[in-house]
Formats: sequence, structure tokens, C-alpha cells
Amino acid sequence: MAELDTSGGGKHKGGKVRSKKASTRVDLTAMVDLAFLLITFFMLTTTLNKPKAMNLAMPDNSIKTSQLPVPESRTMTILLGSHNKVAWFMGEPGKTAPTVDSYGPNGLRKALIENGKAVAASHPGPDGYMIVVIKPSESSTYENLVSALDEMSITAIKSYAIVKILPVELDALKSQNLL
Amino acid sequence: MPRVKVARKSTAIDMTAMCDVAFLLLTFFILTAKPKVEDPSKAEVPASSKEVTIPEDNVLMISIGQQNKIFLSFSGNDVRTETLKAMGEKYNVPFTPAEINKFANTEIFGVPMNQMKQFLSLPSGELKSFDQKGIPADTTNNSELSNWILNARKADRGLHGKDYNIAIKGDRNEKYPAVSTVINILGQQKLFKFDLITTLRAAPKK
Repeated sequence: MAELDTSGGGKHKGGKVRSKKASTRVDLTAMVDLAFLLITFFMLTTTLNKPKAMNLAMPDNSIKTSQLPVPESRTMTILLGSHNKVAWFMGEPGKTAPTVDSYGPNGLRKALIENGKAVAASHPGPDGYMIVVIKPSESSTYENLVSALDEMSITAIKSYAIVKILPVELDALKSQNLL
Repeated sequence: MPRVKVARKSTAIDMTAMCDVAFLLLTFFILTAKPKVEDPSKAEVPASSKEVTIPEDNVLMISIGQQNKIFLSFSGNDVRTETLKAMGEKYNVPFTPAEINKFANTEIFGVPMNQMKQFLSLPSGELKSFDQKGIPADTTNNSELSNWILNARKADRGLHGKDYNIAIKGDRNEKYPAVSTVINILGQQKLFKFDLITTLRAAPKK
């Protein structure tokens, strides 16, 4: 005989047991939170700024070729002393008293630009540029050397070299209390 | 009058797209991240206005750290293996394969040869706390630093057929003679072009 289903779903005997359909949506909020947390971490730990460098070319000491004579009037010698000070002079060592200056825009840079102009004015021609000789003393630091080289590139000095300091120049530094 | 009912929208937003983007970025950052090498020399580099970036690989870096300690780091695990073998032969220090392997994975070191075995026998976790004395260097042609550089260059040339880019990383307060020694050693090996590692300072106003 025909029966009428009056009972609630799933309760009747012999009938199919239907599982409740769960939603396929997953709450991703927590996962996104985690992902962004990790992103932040990796962004902050990666070194974005790569180390910068300045090139330096030293002369080859082993080759003893005849060097071009350079007029003393075109050379500027910079002695790197202690206490972040420099002493510079034009021409031959021991003839003129060195000027004591500091590093930076108002010290060495100004002197380089002014001397460069003076040399260019008194030596006409394409070879009339100033030659700078950098002589670090034992009491100068590595930072001083880098600053001095940096000034060379800022003031666009065509020709410069790092040279061993002479005893006369050490005396000059000593007299200025920079050793 | 019937009230206008504002339709209530579900506050749940579909996060799938956001999740995708987040993980894509995450993957990118994980893959590009390079573990930062702890610098035992603790060199504080001076600033300059130069903006030349040193190359990523094939670099032999000489660090002059605080108290004149000299550290060396050169790229390439295979080069490091070869260099240690050559140095072991030169100084009559036989190294076991385990020690060589350990050295190949050490990015930067600064120990004299007579301490090298002791240094390499330490477990990785304790390497940081090991008091590295720095590589002995003087201006003679046969100092340890000079031999390290020479052998590393030979190994690099033999394995990769390239020449190392030389970089000097110095502590800003280091006195000039320490730098001069390194430059002299390089000069003896006919290396006259190198990079001085600096941090970037704001470019000067003209």
C-alpha cells in the first residue's frame, strides 16, 4: 500500500541517509594574514641597497719607464694628517708652508677648485691641468683616504696619485701638530 | 507607507584573489632573498658619493676590520675547496675532506693557518663566537694573506677561467698603514685596479 512520508528527513527507516552539504568556501582571511606577515618579514630582511664602491687604480711600480717631467707649479700635494685634517701646498715640498684645511665642501673641495682654476689660468693649453698628489701619513685613517679620493672625483681632477709621504712632509705635518 | 529596506549584504569578502597575490609575492621574496653573511670583521665602511655597484659574484673581498684584523672572502665553493687544498700543501697542514667541506661553506674567514684546523673543527653554531685573529699580512712577498690571494686567484682561473674583481672593505677608523699593506700585497701580484667599498653619501650640490 502506498505510504505517505510524514516524518522528518532522515529519520525514516530504510531511507537514504543524506549528508548535509557543506559550503565549499573556506575562510582565507587567516591565510592572507599569515602570507602578508611573511612578505613583510622577507621585504625587511632582504638587503636592497647593494654595496657601493669606488674604483682605484694604482700605478705599476715595477715598470720603471721614464716619466714625463711635471712642472712643480702644476702639482698640488695633499698631506693627510690626524684629527681629520689635511695640509696642502702647491709646488715643491718644504718651500711654502702648507695650509691646514678640513675635509668637506668648505675645506679641501674649495681649495681644490680654487687651485685648479689658478693652475689652468697660469698654464694655458690642453695640458695645463692640475696634478694632485695625495700623501697619507701614518696617523690618517682609511676614511680620510676615501674622503680625499672622493673629493678628486667630485672636483673632477684629471690626474691624481697616492704617493708615499716624504720625511720633509712629515716634518711639515709635525710642525702643524697633525701627526 | 512601506519602508524602504536596505538590502543586507554579507560582510564576508572573497579572499581568494588576495591570497593568490600575497603568496605570489611571498614566493618571489623567498626566492630572491639571500641570507645575510655575518661580517666578523665588523668593518664600518666610510661614505663616498660614488655610485658604482660592485659585481654580485666573482669577487675577492679583503676586509680590514677593527684592530687591523684582515679577513678574506671569495666567491665560489669550488674555488674555496681548491684554495684550501693548495694552502694546506704550502703550509704542510693536511686537511680532512670534512674540514675542506666546512671551509667551502664558510663565506668569510680571518684565521692564521696555524689556527685553521681548530677553526674548522668547531661546530657551525660556534663559528661566530670564535675569536678570529685575522690573516697575518706584511709587505713581504710571502705573507699568508699574499698566498691566500694568489692561490684563490689561481683556483678561480683554473676552474672558471675568470679573474677576480678585487674589493677592499676597510673600517673607517683604521689607520692608513693597514690599508697600505694590503695595497702593496696586491701590487706585488700586479693587481692595480680594485674597488673600495663605501656606503653612499648624498651627492654634493654643485
